[in-house]
Amino acid sequence: MIKKVWKSLVIVFILLFLYLPILVLMAYSFTDATNIGAIRGFSLHNYVTLFTTPELVHMILGTVVLALASALFATILGTLGAIGTFYSKKTMASAVTTMNQVPVVNADVVTGFSICILLVVVFGVSKDTFIPLIVGHVTLCAPFVFLSVIPKLKQMDSSIYEAALDLGATPFTALIRIVIPQIFPGIVSGFALAVTLSLDDYFVATYTKPATFDTISTYVVNATKGAQTTIKTALWALSTVIFLLVVLLTVVMNLRAGKGSQERSGV
Amino acid sequence: MYRHLFSRKNLGIPYALFLALFVMAPLFVLFYYAFTNGEGEFTVLNLTGFFTDPNTLGTLCYSFGIASVTTVVCLLMAYPVAYILATSKLRAKSVILMLFVMPMWINFSLRITALKEILTWIEGSLAYHPFLNTVLGMSYDFLPFMILPIYTTISKLDGALLEAARDLGAGNIQAFLKVTLPLSMPGIISGVSMVFLPAMTNYVVLDMLYNSTYIMGSLIGSYFAAYNWHGGSMIALILLGIVCLFTLFTRGIEEENTRGGMLL
Repeated sequence: MIKKVWKSLVIVFILLFLYLPILVLMAYSFTDATNIGAIRGFSLHNYVTLFTTPELVHMILGTVVLALASALFATILGTLGAIGTFYSKKTMASAVTTMNQVPVVNADVVTGFSICILLVVVFGVSKDTFIPLIVGHVTLCAPFVFLSVIPKLKQMDSSIYEAALDLGATPFTALIRIVIPQIFPGIVSGFALAVTLSLDDYFVATYTKPATFDTISTYVVNATKGAQTTIKTALWALSTVIFLLVVLLTVVMNLRAGKGSQERSGV
Repeated sequence: MYRHLFSRKNLGIPYALFLALFVMAPLFVLFYYAFTNGEGEFTVLNLTGFFTDPNTLGTLCYSFGIASVTTVVCLLMAYPVAYILATSKLRAKSVILMLFVMPMWINFSLRITALKEILTWIEGSLAYHPFLNTVLGMSYDFLPFMILPIYTTISKLDGALLEAARDLGAGNIQAFLKVTLPLSMPGIISGVSMVFLPAMTNYVVLDMLYNSTYIMGSLIGSYFAAYNWHGGSMIALILLGIVCLFTLFTRGIEEENTRGGMLL
């Protein structure tokens, strides 16, 4: 019994460490206080500022568009790469797998800096074209798509593909109708992972982004240094919105995953 | 039939080219820049400069210090959590695990902002405890990366081994020390590499918590700000060397990389 209490205490304590700051900030985002600790009245002005200041709205939209675009490229490249690698000879496959591992283990600072050097310094590509930024984010994300698709290919039943060919499907049709549906869960989780990686990235973006463009991360890091109060508290509102979105997504995903496993166990 | 296989193989070509161009080529360019000077002549000054300048050496040591302490703090918090969750029979344990993973999906700069506001409130000013605040910030940021691999390893552990240990007369503590702990090493090592390396380079956490000391990542940032590509490349190369050494040591015992396992 005492052991059980201890265990729950440990869990609760660490959860508090992870969530207390976010929850306190969330509570304060609904007041007109400018510092944590001050007790002030209820107010929604942070949310008004967040959604009406053009600078903030552009920054948020820019981050989202960048994340979706780079995740899309990363998913296409990574998925095709995984399929190709899976059917390649061993030397080729291990070469691609090794190269794929480099951005995964490497520090993001190094990834961002080295891409900046190659594209901006050596090839003279202007950062204002957004090419270095997109390339940077695709490089950051694609390896993770690759890693989430490969296991699905390994689990796949290869005889269905053979059967499709025997029944007269062209390899292309068989790929689209047989292989892709079987590895689709891997593609989806790869895409989702790519989106979150791009949204969370600071380092690759700092080294490759145009000077006038900001992602949430680069904006927040600069804003906390400048300490302009209205912006600072509007960012509390942004944390709250993102936190609630994450909670919502998690709940939806879990409900759907629960349903899926029930259906599968029913087969 | 051979023709069909051939066409599927070709699908991988764009990605292989992409990796060669944007992963491998940048590393070669980094290498070239690290060993040349502004006039394009070969030099080892960037390398010897790093290892003879007390400032950069101090930065290297401080990075190791911050990273080691952060790793130990994360491990001390993560292991009990992972162990309790993996061994519990609670039905809600997947929900609780999800709670530990969820912070990874919230933008890290916003999370650090939240922590910063709280710490400012508690401590009065962040300036009093820069080292403590940095370690707290990094642990706050990286903790889920430590919990997840350890949890995975412990839940895969074969229960029969523990029963065997008990049958052979081991007590609870002895069974834990001789069976569970050694068998959870792959998860621990995986977690350590997920925390240690980012902690050496994530200088934004220091910046945001007003710790004015430099770590390895900050050096790249400052060379970048000064348009000194040669110095920056050398630092990047040294970091790359550390990553390689780390990977060599941990290869084989490591669980599959869990930054990719974030979505469960």
